[in-house]
Amino acid sequence: MRQTRAIELGTGLFVLLGFSALFFLVTQITNREFGFGDGGYRVVASFEQVGGLKPGAPVSMSGVTIGHVQEIEYDFGEYKARVTMRIDNQFDRIPDDSDAGIYTAGLLGGQYIGIGPGGSETFLAEGDQMQFTQSAIVLENLISKFLFSKAAESPDGQPAEESKP
Amino acid sequence: MLASLTREILQSLRVALQALGAYALFFVRLLGEVPRTLLRFGLVVEQVHNAGALSLVIIMLSGLFVGMVLGLQGFDLLERFGSEESLGSAAALGLLKELGPVVTALLFAGRAGTALASELGLMRATDQLAAMEMMAVDPVRRVVVPRFLGGVLSMPLLAAIFSLIGIFGAQLVGVQLMGVDSGQFWSQMRSAVEFGDVMEGVVKSCVFGVSCSLIAVYEGYHAVPTAEGVGRATTRTVVISSVVVLLLDYLLTAAML
Repeated sequence: MRQTRAIELGTGLFVLLGFSALFFLVTQITNREFGFGDGGYRVVASFEQVGGLKPGAPVSMSGVTIGHVQEIEYDFGEYKARVTMRIDNQFDRIPDDSDAGIYTAGLLGGQYIGIGPGGSETFLAEGDQMQFTQSAIVLENLISKFLFSKAAESPDGQPAEESKP
Repeated sequence: MLASLTREILQSLRVALQALGAYALFFVRLLGEVPRTLLRFGLVVEQVHNAGALSLVIIMLSGLFVGMVLGLQGFDLLERFGSEESLGSAAALGLLKELGPVVTALLFAGRAGTALASELGLMRATDQLAAMEMMAVDPVRRVVVPRFLGGVLSMPLLAAIFSLIGIFGAQLVGVQLMGVDSGQFWSQMRSAVEFGDVMEGVVKSCVFGVSCSLIAVYEGYHAVPTAEGVGRATTRTVVISSVVVLLLDYLLTAAML
């Protein structure tokens, strides 16, 4: 009897340890948010180009994470990418003329949405659409623009129109 | 000469096919007995203890060192690209998706698989299984299936513990020893690792758990009832398990990536 008790205790400890390890991995190591109930409100923004933005990417204001990207879909109405963000309820005083841009964290980091506050007196609420957006910068486009503007320079060193050194 | 060679090749092919078929039939038989075994859960608990709880020390120790090596190597590698902050995500992804399930399965085959195979082989050699049959007790139901289930249930938990300890090992080396910023280590890890990555590891370790346990109980149950036969069954368990785990790992990775 004592023997089985020790075995059961050891097994119980092992199973507890295993499941708590699994729980820790899922909740602490991943970026998954376990919202009990619906924590936050949704805001929509349309972008010409979302680049490498993924669902789950952080939404931040001045570097403070205030929410996450919930889903990204293509809107055939206006031919833009439509990004749904979930903003935590405690950040409910974002002016409704704020602008949203897609930035990259560091050179190799993931992409995130940065929100710059506007000056309006009314605040964003559930389901609102953000008016001012700035697309993700695609490095290849930037490089090719630069190269073409270089190539467009006339041979005698005079820059062609619309190309700035 | 050529004819005898062809005959030999065909013969070994036939033996391999036969073994595969025997494995499949044995697996189906085990699965058929699973529901009834679950009613006697005490037997399974005992085997979870044998396969899981007793493997805990070796798993935790190995996890710690694998994580620490990953921290060292990862730091050295990433430093060359000037992005040692990514150490956290690199170590976590490597451990969760690959090293955790695979190394755990290999260690499991060495620690628990051999124990299962030699125990069953000895039962066979000392006619304990035959004695059970005499008493109208189905040895598969009473002895084999609980051991199989114990292994299957233990493996994902062991792999999770391995990955977790490994991540802390990598953190120990990367942050404490090499001076990677702790905040960046964790935040990069959290932004890079997704729920699916953890699940990939869990699915892998479940598959490995089934295959390792199946191989161990099959080899033990079908061991030649001599001292030499038991030894051979134990060896075969480790060899087959390791090869199958690595093979399945490739297939699963290709399927889930």
